[in-house]
Amino acid sequence: METSGLNTILQFAFWVTVALTVAGAAIAVFPRNILYNVLGLALALTGIAGFYLFLGSLFVALMQLLIYVGAICIAIVFAIMLSRPLHISAPPRPPVKMWLSILASAVFFVGVVSVALKTKWQCAAGHVYKASQWSVENIGNALLTRYELVFEVISLVLLVAIIGAVITAGYSRRISS
Amino acid sequence: MSEGLLGSELFRLILGLVIVIAFSQLNALFLVWLERKVSGHIQLRPGPMEVGPHGLLQTIADGVKLIGKELILPLKADKKLFFLAPVLVFTPVLVGFLVLPFSPGLIIHDMNVGVLLVFAFSTITVLAILTGGWASNNKYALLGAVRSVAQNVAYEIPLLLAVLSVVLMVHSLSFSHIVESQKTVWFIFLQPLAGLIYLIAATAETNRAPFDIPEAESELVAGFHTEYSGMGFGLFFLAEYTNMFLVCAVATSLFFGGWNGLFGFSFGIPGVFWFLLKTYLLIFVIMWVRWTFPRVRFDQLMNFSWKVLIPLSIVNLLITAVVVKII
Repeated sequence: METSGLNTILQFAFWVTVALTVAGAAIAVFPRNILYNVLGLALALTGIAGFYLFLGSLFVALMQLLIYVGAICIAIVFAIMLSRPLHISAPPRPPVKMWLSILASAVFFVGVVSVALKTKWQCAAGHVYKASQWSVENIGNALLTRYELVFEVISLVLLVAIIGAVITAGYSRRISS
Repeated sequence: MSEGLLGSELFRLILGLVIVIAFSQLNALFLVWLERKVSGHIQLRPGPMEVGPHGLLQTIADGVKLIGKELILPLKADKKLFFLAPVLVFTPVLVGFLVLPFSPGLIIHDMNVGVLLVFAFSTITVLAILTGGWASNNKYALLGAVRSVAQNVAYEIPLLLAVLSVVLMVHSLSFSHIVESQKTVWFIFLQPLAGLIYLIAATAETNRAPFDIPEAESELVAGFHTEYSGMGFGLFFLAEYTNMFLVCAVATSLFFGGWNGLFGFSFGIPGVFWFLLKTYLLIFVIMWVRWTFPRVRFDQLMNFSWKVLIPLSIVNLLITAVVVKII
């Protein structure tokens, strides 16, 4: 009786998280107001942090919050502040651009869904993961052993981005001076 | 197990949340009074004196007045975001209290990633300030919000790097572990540079003078909360003072030994009093700084973080890593 009550609460919380994530994603795409888009993105990313929580890793959930909501969204806001003034209303969407992006996201969606459907999911009930298995040490070890290559490639991407930013900033400053 | 989760753990969390909300109100009432007293005495004035003994009840009177005020919505403001911002600004501060180690038995929820929790949620404050400043549709508010974002991006990095050097020494992200390992020697003696960087960056993170350029009143009226009245403004104010307590409490547990006494002697004083004493002393120092130093210029602020604090904290982290590896 008690367990089913707890399960109901958990189920409810899970679907609320799903709803928030989907709503956030919709807000991130549909409104013409760019600040709404960013806040919607932040909401969707927070929802994803909630999914990590349901998967049992508080650490990954908090990292998601710290990096994606804290850093990425703020960086996007930064870029917005440097671009067109916010009080000028945005011009209507060019249809070609819109259809192209719909096509691109449809291709991505079909790809992800087909991979998800093809995978033979195994129920974790047989070997329940404990919180200790998702400890910081284990994640750190996995990152620096089994997933070392992925880790390094990601840092390479960041390095390229930093060099790009430095060159862009230095170049534009040289032109203006 | 399930009964324990529903019965005691959930109950504990709810009770803890109620206590935290009550505490944050009381704390803000006290801190506003303290700030006015400190500023008064630094400027050779008595500060509030009329309401209650030495003006102790002045903030209650102000608070009641604030609740009674009308919430004014500017005509061209974005209504939804305008009212979302004050709510949003208060949430991360409340979450932070969940993991604060007041004393060995007085932690609402001792998580093994507690330090991370506080800093992960503190980033939401910036989003809230930005939302409020933008939704007001006022150029001063927007300027304040933009400055706040720039400042927080710059000062979050040295803050986290300073915290990381302590985490490296303890090998744990849990507040209670960090405090326990300072039983005899506080980390401020082992990590003086990290402690100093943390305090400076934390002052900037809470938008306190001399880093209060998001609300610099001589340039921006009141910055991001220019258009807020009544409790909308009240919530921003409450969040600022609660945030100050949170930041100082984290500093106490990371660098000043938390619930431990001086050099292993507690003099029979319970841990929670040590903790509160140190936290309020740090808050006093931050207030003292506010009324002593002039506000920095925007370029000085940016240069100080990117060219001084961040390189210093990276060097400090590297040295810590090497020393920890050798020992």
